[in-house]
Amino acid sequence: MPTATELKERIESALPGSEANVEDLTGGGDHFRAEIVSDRFAGLSRIEQHRLVYDVFGTEIGGPIHALSLKTTTPEGQR
Amino acid sequence: MTNEEIRDFIQTAIAENRVMLFMKGTPEQPACGFSMRTSAALNALGVQYAALDILPDPRIRQELSAISNWPTIPQLFVDGELVGGCDIVTEMYESGELAQRVGVEQPQHEPEPPTAEAPQSAPLGVENRLS
Repeated sequence: MPTATELKERIESALPGSEANVEDLTGGGDHFRAEIVSDRFAGLSRIEQHRLVYDVFGTEIGGPIHALSLKTTTPEGQR
Repeated sequence: MTNEEIRDFIQTAIAENRVMLFMKGTPEQPACGFSMRTSAALNALGVQYAALDILPDPRIRQELSAISNWPTIPQLFVDGELVGGCDIVTEMYESGELAQRVGVEQPQHEPEPPTAEAPQSAPLGVENRLS
């Protein structure tokens, strides 16, 4: 069962220089909320930003990770 | 029904409905909080939209995600293009971008987050021929 800490580490290692705050919404290890700040998001649409994060987990999204709610921003606070 | 027929059906639904929502359950009876919030945002805008319940056949979700390259449900399409899931739709609702995208006026009594209650127009259902 994935933990919030594990998700945070995987996001931050996949997107070097990013900072991720991950919360386990239910405590059940399957519904998470992640707020991620990364300069990799600059110039990307929201869809593209979220895809970068979803791609870290591949088919685990919808599998062991039932839900991963995302908020993505750049260090400058841009979308 | 073959997987190809399901895929064709989904692509037709996206092409023929300007605002097309794929969700768990229906706008009247959403089966998941994320789907509820997304349809509630559309209800709050009073925009007419089509909705398809993906739950009756697991292949609907598989084929949809293969088309959209998006792993989660709900998924909102406007003018044939994926706009996003619950997080993006909610953010865009709050910023007024969603109203702009679907071409309606942002409601005045903001910024209350949308709830599932008080739809302003009856959503247009897509007949579910997949089950």
